[in-house]
Amino acid sequence: MPSDQPFIQLAGVTKSFQGIRALENVAFACRKGSIHAILGENGAGKSTLIKIMSGVLAADSGEMRVEGRPVRFSTPAEAAKTGIVCIFQELSLVPDLSVADNIMLADPPKRFGMIDRRRQRRRAEELLARIRCEDIDPDALVRQLSLSRRQMVEIAKALGQEPRLLILDEATSALTSRDVQTVYDLLAELKEQDVACLFISHRMHEVEALCDTLSVFRNGRHIETFAKGEKSDREIVHLMIGRDVETQFPPRPEPRRREPLLEVKNLRWENRLKGIDLSVGRGEIVGLGGLDGQGQKELLLALFGVLRQVEGTVKVGGMEGVPASPAAARSARTRIALVPEDRKTEGLMLQLPIADNLLASAFARVSSGPFIDRAKAETAISAAIEKLRIRLGSPRDIVATLSGGNQQKVVIAKWLMVEPDLILLNDPTRGIDVGTKQEIYRLMRDLAEEGKAVLFYSSDYAELIGCCDRVSVMYDGRIVAELEGEGITEEAIVAASLNIAPEAAA
Amino acid sequence: MTASAITRAIARIREEERPVLIAAGFVLVILIIGTAYTMLTQGTAPLLSPNYLLQQLQTGAFLGICAAGMMVVILLGHIDLSIPWTLTTAAMMATAVGGEMAIPTGIAVGLAVGLFNGFGAAVLRIPSMIFTLGVDSVLRGLMVFHTGGFAPQTDATPLMRFLASGRVLGIPSAVFVWALVSVVIAVMLSRTAFGRAIYATGSREAAAYLSGIRTRLVIIGAFVCSGVCAAIAGILLAGYATQAYQGMGNIFLLPSIAAVVLGGTHILGGRGRYIGTLVGVILIVLLNSVLSMMQMPEAVRQIIYGAVIIAMLLVYGRNSKVTF
Amino acid sequence: MRLAKRLHSAALRNRAFLGALLLFAVFYLVYHMLHPRGFSSAVLIQNTNESVAIVFVAMAQTLPVLTGGLDLSVGAVMTLTNCIASELLTGTPAEMLFGALLTLACGAAFGCVNGLIVVYGRIQPIITTLATGAVAIGLALLIRPRPGGEVDDDLSWAMTNTVFDFAETYGLAEGGEAAWLQPFAAIPVPLLIVLAVVLFIWLPFRNTQMGRTVYAVGSAEGAAYMSGLPVERAKIAAFTLAGLFAACAGLYLAIQTSSGNADVTQAGAYTLNSIAAVVLGGTSLYGGVGGAIGSLVGALILRVISFYFRILAIDPLLQPLIEGVVLLGAVSLGALRTLRVKNRLELFR
Repeated sequence: MPSDQPFIQLAGVTKSFQGIRALENVAFACRKGSIHAILGENGAGKSTLIKIMSGVLAADSGEMRVEGRPVRFSTPAEAAKTGIVCIFQELSLVPDLSVADNIMLADPPKRFGMIDRRRQRRRAEELLARIRCEDIDPDALVRQLSLSRRQMVEIAKALGQEPRLLILDEATSALTSRDVQTVYDLLAELKEQDVACLFISHRMHEVEALCDTLSVFRNGRHIETFAKGEKSDREIVHLMIGRDVETQFPPRPEPRRREPLLEVKNLRWENRLKGIDLSVGRGEIVGLGGLDGQGQKELLLALFGVLRQVEGTVKVGGMEGVPASPAAARSARTRIALVPEDRKTEGLMLQLPIADNLLASAFARVSSGPFIDRAKAETAISAAIEKLRIRLGSPRDIVATLSGGNQQKVVIAKWLMVEPDLILLNDPTRGIDVGTKQEIYRLMRDLAEEGKAVLFYSSDYAELIGCCDRVSVMYDGRIVAELEGEGITEEAIVAASLNIAPEAAA
Repeated sequence: MTASAITRAIARIREEERPVLIAAGFVLVILIIGTAYTMLTQGTAPLLSPNYLLQQLQTGAFLGICAAGMMVVILLGHIDLSIPWTLTTAAMMATAVGGEMAIPTGIAVGLAVGLFNGFGAAVLRIPSMIFTLGVDSVLRGLMVFHTGGFAPQTDATPLMRFLASGRVLGIPSAVFVWALVSVVIAVMLSRTAFGRAIYATGSREAAAYLSGIRTRLVIIGAFVCSGVCAAIAGILLAGYATQAYQGMGNIFLLPSIAAVVLGGTHILGGRGRYIGTLVGVILIVLLNSVLSMMQMPEAVRQIIYGAVIIAMLLVYGRNSKVTF
Repeated sequence: MRLAKRLHSAALRNRAFLGALLLFAVFYLVYHMLHPRGFSSAVLIQNTNESVAIVFVAMAQTLPVLTGGLDLSVGAVMTLTNCIASELLTGTPAEMLFGALLTLACGAAFGCVNGLIVVYGRIQPIITTLATGAVAIGLALLIRPRPGGEVDDDLSWAMTNTVFDFAETYGLAEGGEAAWLQPFAAIPVPLLIVLAVVLFIWLPFRNTQMGRTVYAVGSAEGAAYMSGLPVERAKIAAFTLAGLFAACAGLYLAIQTSSGNADVTQAGAYTLNSIAAVVLGGTSLYGGVGGAIGSLVGALILRVISFYFRILAIDPLLQPLIEGVVLLGAVSLGALRTLRVKNRLELFR
């Protein structure tokens, strides 16, 4: 059978970043006409692998063959020429160019050396029609589109390059369910045309529905490749983690009524928050659930004083009103802390030393008059490093040299220095190794025991189930379900996330 | 030592300190070349005489004080193009008011301009490149109108003249003023919460804001520093020339940016040490004086000046992943 | 209906440019209404002559700005090419043509060096061009230590007047009397030069893959790279074209003034005005949005303001003040939307 011939084949591929092995001696192959899933935890080496295949990174050693011929890509353009096209998680669209410009960006139709706009537009319309996105205006700027529409434009752009190997890196995570179905159909169609597809997703049911072959990666190694149906879910998870499942969550105390520290009534902002009611008590961890982008991020920002013109009543520690700014949130009588969504751009000053990052919120606490008291600062820094067990060389090193998990610890430690009463966490464990995750769960529980209130958004249902005393699930700017104690189950969270009520139906 | 050994030695030094050391090394090279030249042509070494060096420091003080203020703004990733006419305005207002209030008036001008620049950059969020350019033009307009386009007839006060050209213990008092400004800025940057907040804001404003730093006040404060430094330089320069004159600040704008960058401060903000700016200023002043001692025509001086900046930054960029 | 919708969205997108165009139109109309002799060909010629250099320098500045950079050497390159041209624009017509082309080539080459240093030396554009600007001024001073030059008088006359004068000078089209020439006879030659550069250099460039890459680099460099666009070559091209446009300014200045002048102050003033013109014309200093035609309009706005001083007997001493106030006012208007931003995190992008 011709489709048994691998389209791309890797042997002995190794890649390190600053001494840390991201990929180790990987051998991997992907057949034509196959939809091939790559599974693995964060940091397993999946994204490094696809970056090497698509020419974004060069391997340190090893060999890559396309249809039997050895290749070496130094730019994404070279990979695209051999038919390898990747739809990246972080979008590769240019916001200030039009949709048509973007779709045809790499190779626009030309006449006399100039771009033929009419033909380009027609081609873009064809491609958009192929993925049933006739509603997208090819002349609109990408900047004007919503995230889900942009993702579809990205897919149209990849299609336009006539891929022979299409790599989808979490490409469905931002899509509406209708678009997801469109993408499924498209992949089936491409499979018919003998195109190879590599599919990276954390949604097991997607993998089940789409793929014919699965490969598991762990710690930079290719563990195993097998056909769909050969292994059970449990076995697959076991391969991914390398040991038996059951993440260790700290024990949950008995539920009891607590004096509320944060009370939110009918909170509204723009069209993103549509009347939120919520309360968090001292000593309590309240989870925010739901699909990404249902207003969870905005809710946390509103409580932290980042958003303007927030309506509704908010009481923090008995005082009315949201803080005017993060600076006010930090220094009010009831202090609020936020661990923001994006560690690298919102949480840390990456180019500054670890010490400066740790002190960023607490300069006032280690100063006498306008001057920083060195002794106080040293004490505070070493206390923070010890408390969170941050592994580092010297506090004077640049924070960017730390691993993801340790960076996140720095962000949390920064805020613990101001001894906050209410701690807002926006998906703090994303992209972090299992060990550090468990330390963060432990820390959250400890903080709650100390009488602090914790509001915790996570995209990982298991965390919500394992960590939280209560979970509020958001859908389209509203809280659609409040789960408590034994009621916090995966089924209940998933149902509420999709705004369907299983118990109501039953 | 071979070239590769030097390169390896450079690679071992901390990235932050490397530009400072290279610049300091280059200062030595300039001194050596200059001395060799005078030894060959005149048989003397005036460059190495303390008196000559002090004189260079005295003329360097104006640039040094401007550069100190400019550095604070550049650390934020902003820039202050209004320095030339802030300097001139402060000088003209100081001489116009005269008497005891001369110096406070000049400094008040710098403070006001800094506040206004900071307002534009931090509150209106207009790119400082363009806002300070507009402010510079407005100040020039105000001063041209105020003076009728001529050099003002008012003279610098005796105190201003003493600060600029007097000597204390044989050392020019302008050097003391420069040293004082340097100490204040250096301590501010490294030892105060405000200084650390400048680095944080310049490194990543969103993260600084979310850390509870009042980034708007930090930006305004930095522009005030720059405005006040320019004003001090203007007051000194007026004292040195005994009066203020049109366009007296023009020659300081680009050299002060160059000095800051040659000292290793990143033009996009967040990184740099004050000692580097100090070395950068000395480098530029010495380079200028050696070139004029060699009686290089202005044309050649400009070319060498530009080539040195490019060459040094190319050297800094080696072995490091950051761009200058 | 669909066309109307498209026009509407295009207008929204080009709001800043349309605003600049409107401002210029109003300023220029009012200028002519106030002008003691009203609208006349002579006034138009004078106006265009005085605008060409700043228009070209503003167009030059646009390209590096579109990539997200800045070119502090445009004024200096103009000065350098001005001095080169003042040496070369003599002799036979063929020699003069060659001289003009050589001048333009020098400017482009200088810009190309800027681009090479920025891309391969990895030095920020603003610093690179600050330094190369000094070099350009130095070279200009070497070529022409004192103002002066031997620019051909006929050339100077022909290029700075109407089409009729041009034809008459060189005995073309029956000495300018040919009937077919009459509809165009009163058009100033400098206007045609600017038009030609826009039509035959800028617009084609904008519509090439390279031109689009310039915009893409300024808007999202990472995405441009991921999409396989020639990011590095586009940056070099942007600086090269900036050098070429600056050379157009220098060349025209030499023809207009019949001389070359290595004036440091003038070079600096042109550079700073070019930044102002670019911003007034609706090009974002963060890159990716705008264009050279906008900068052209921005430069004209700056020039019209200065025309007012001549006819209104306003104290010319007020000119820098009013220029500054107009600049601050225009950019502050554009900034008002930041006061309406509801999510303060968006301010930091």
